[in-house]
Amino acid sequence: MSAPTTAEADTAEPGDQHTRLWNAVVAGDARAATDTVLAALAAGLEPESVLLDLIGGVQRRVGQEWAAARIDVAQEHTATAINDRVITAVSLAAPPVEPHRGRVTVACVDGEWHALPARLLAEVLTLRGFAVDFLGAQVPTPHLVEHLHRTGPEAVALSGSLAPRLPTAHATINACTATGTPVLAGGAAFGVDGAYARLLGAHWAPDARAAADLLAAGSLARPEPPGQAVDQLPHLADQEYTMITLTRGELVKAVYTGLEEQLPAMRSYTEDQRERTAEDLAHIVDFLCAALYTDADAVFGDFLEWTADVLGVRGVPRRAVLPGLDLLATELREFPRARRILDAGRARLAPEPGPTARTERAAEAS
Amino acid sequence: MTSLHRDPQLLVGDETPWHAAAVPSLVIDRLGAVEAANARSRELLPAALPGAPIADTAPGWLSGTSPVSGVLGDRVFTAHPVRLPDGGTCWWLIDDTDVTAARSDLDRARARTEFLTEASDELLGSLNLQRCMEIAARLAVRHLADAAWVVGPGEPQPVVVATADVLQHDLLDHPPEDVLGLREALLGFPPVPSRWLDPSGVPRWLVPEGFGEVGSVVVTPLPGHAVATGALILLRRPASPRFSGEDEGAARLFAARVGVAMSAARMFAQQASVTDTLTRELLPPVLHQLPGVEMAARYRPASDTDRVGGDFYDVHPSDTEDGESLVVLGDVCGKGLEAAVLTGRIRSTLRALLPMAADHLRMLQLLNSALLSTEHTRFATMVLGSVSRHHADVRLRLTSAGHLPPLVVRGDGRVEEVPTRGSLVGAMTEIEAESAEVVLGPGDTCVLYTDGITEARGGPFGTDFFGEDRLRRTLAECAGMPADALVERVQMVAAEWAGRSPSDDLAVLAITAPRGQHLTAVGGHGPGRYTA
Repeated sequence: MSAPTTAEADTAEPGDQHTRLWNAVVAGDARAATDTVLAALAAGLEPESVLLDLIGGVQRRVGQEWAAARIDVAQEHTATAINDRVITAVSLAAPPVEPHRGRVTVACVDGEWHALPARLLAEVLTLRGFAVDFLGAQVPTPHLVEHLHRTGPEAVALSGSLAPRLPTAHATINACTATGTPVLAGGAAFGVDGAYARLLGAHWAPDARAAADLLAAGSLARPEPPGQAVDQLPHLADQEYTMITLTRGELVKAVYTGLEEQLPAMRSYTEDQRERTAEDLAHIVDFLCAALYTDADAVFGDFLEWTADVLGVRGVPRRAVLPGLDLLATELREFPRARRILDAGRARLAPEPGPTARTERAAEAS
Repeated sequence: MTSLHRDPQLLVGDETPWHAAAVPSLVIDRLGAVEAANARSRELLPAALPGAPIADTAPGWLSGTSPVSGVLGDRVFTAHPVRLPDGGTCWWLIDDTDVTAARSDLDRARARTEFLTEASDELLGSLNLQRCMEIAARLAVRHLADAAWVVGPGEPQPVVVATADVLQHDLLDHPPEDVLGLREALLGFPPVPSRWLDPSGVPRWLVPEGFGEVGSVVVTPLPGHAVATGALILLRRPASPRFSGEDEGAARLFAARVGVAMSAARMFAQQASVTDTLTRELLPPVLHQLPGVEMAARYRPASDTDRVGGDFYDVHPSDTEDGESLVVLGDVCGKGLEAAVLTGRIRSTLRALLPMAADHLRMLQLLNSALLSTEHTRFATMVLGSVSRHHADVRLRLTSAGHLPPLVVRGDGRVEEVPTRGSLVGAMTEIEAESAEVVLGPGDTCVLYTDGITEARGGPFGTDFFGEDRLRRTLAECAGMPADALVERVQMVAAEWAGRSPSDDLAVLAITAPRGQHLTAVGGHGPGRYTA
């Protein structure tokens, strides 16, 4: 296929551009992908819109298609890598903007692998005239803090997609606010309404545009010096988070062994399947820990629903998670807050317990 | 009057204990005339003679039926009335002067301590000079003055000017001599005390826009760690109280904290810049892209505080388009800065040995002798790879020096180990190595990695090694991925396996023969060559 001509691009509808870019990124075709966005720019689409609507839209679709099992892990990574290259092409092609606003640091929560949303924000802020330091993913908090001391930015934009990183995010937020730098958090980890961002002492924006608007308004309040984590989150005083985090491996092992005893089918699993099961259990414990840290049942419940959906499209029944949850509840009987979170999560998977569930509970009780 | 005489022991008469009491006391009859006054009250109110109207002998505040406070002479008293049965009042006057003074001293001292604690907390939070100056200016206008200038170190000198509602950064573009005492304060030596200035003598530029008239001005040096760090200039409006000696004391204590914080910030910046310069050569390089070959690498040091470590990689492109480029990835035993220093030595030695890159064994032997001749007791393992392009294929000649075997991921998901082996370098005088050749077809990738990947310990149970098998399974899933996506995937899976604290440096490098459609994009030969 030859490269699209300018004439084609001129008449291209936004939907066409999306489809063309989508096809190129899943095919791993960097050239076609770059041509598509450059054509969109040439056709007069604002660079910010190319970044957030076209590339951002395709990237959101990557996540959805993966969840729906329509693309595999290799395609997901390939698409993201191509999108990353495409962003570089846009930033080179867009008319350069002289920095005329303040300095902003854009980083991901340490351990975060989804760097693309942060990169898009960094590019948008650059287009809006900020002096941007993009630190990328996998930045240890001490490096971020050193960077803050050295550059003294107006604000830190912190991106996080997974709730288990919230305790790390909290440490990062505290480290930033201790230097007097306000933090603007964004990404799925902080909740659909940003409740967890505020809980942890950060400002919040629902998306990159809103984040850029907030930063441009320059109205982020200077933070109060943070206290100890346990003063900010008094529920941590019960030590449930600490103890469960410390024994995570043993806990996963105990539940895994329990499952093997309960479910004869597991004995015929391949090694790969066993490992996936153990990893799923580890994820469940990680999200439980995040829910304990924030004392928010929804952190755990939302994850369970998402997991159930992901399993559902892969032909695994929603209820497959329940035996693991029950074993976990038994292991954690001494931990009232963990039990509360587990019960709330279980209820969301089986909103109206049918006769089967009741039988199961009766069997458990006996 | 008769009732008062009911108990002569208690009342009137020059011999009674009441008369000799240490506390001034006087009795007013119900008509408002002095009935009796004890010795101490007569010292205080000489006109308080029996029969005199109270209005003529005592200040107006001494009335009513409940305790009242007021000034008598240069003292402060609280007067406690006691109703007498005949309608008269016995006043006891307690001298509160010292207590009142002590209480207000205490309040001021508390306020000052709170201010200084707040100042320390806020100033200690930052190691950034600009921010420290900002914090200092904000604190000064909150607690000490209506406007504040913080002048920092440097040439030209940075300044922060703050009023209650505006804060701005600037550079000092006026001669400090304009402000009496500012030059001395900025020099820091000889030590100078704070200085009050005549408000009429301050230059216009010192007065922030819209500030209005200046009532009083003080200039205080900011002593850092025994070096001058700058100066603090405080301005008050005429409506605010003039600076007192106590204000000056508080300003000096505040200035000491500001000076130390600013000086620490300045030292930190200088140290950080030195460290940067010294470690720049040790940081993982940005890879040179070779025409028709995709390369990507990723690195993460073991420790959160280090930027450098014992893993290293480099790509040395060939001078000619058809020549061989050299790729190297290796691992020095040990972690952190010390290991990084040795990686720097190895990398520069290999760079010097590039002319003989065609002969891997010879290169390794020379490197080995170079390492043995130094005082380092550490050794290193590495893989050397010579990369060249033949049409759509990429040819690789790989030599392992005691390193983990390179793996090749074929486009269909097969994972093969490259059969090369050899001795590690820097340990023995004689070394040997066997090279192996690999051809990568379009979509194939060769992966070099360090043991930080395979020895990552963790997993769901927290106790298992990542291991070579798991690496192979991970790679099998990565078939056909571009090099950058593949290294990200491998590093991500291994890092997630290791959990929060990877115990060793992690490095991965991928060499990919691009599929046709990449070739033109990455090779930079323009469209048409392979797609026409």
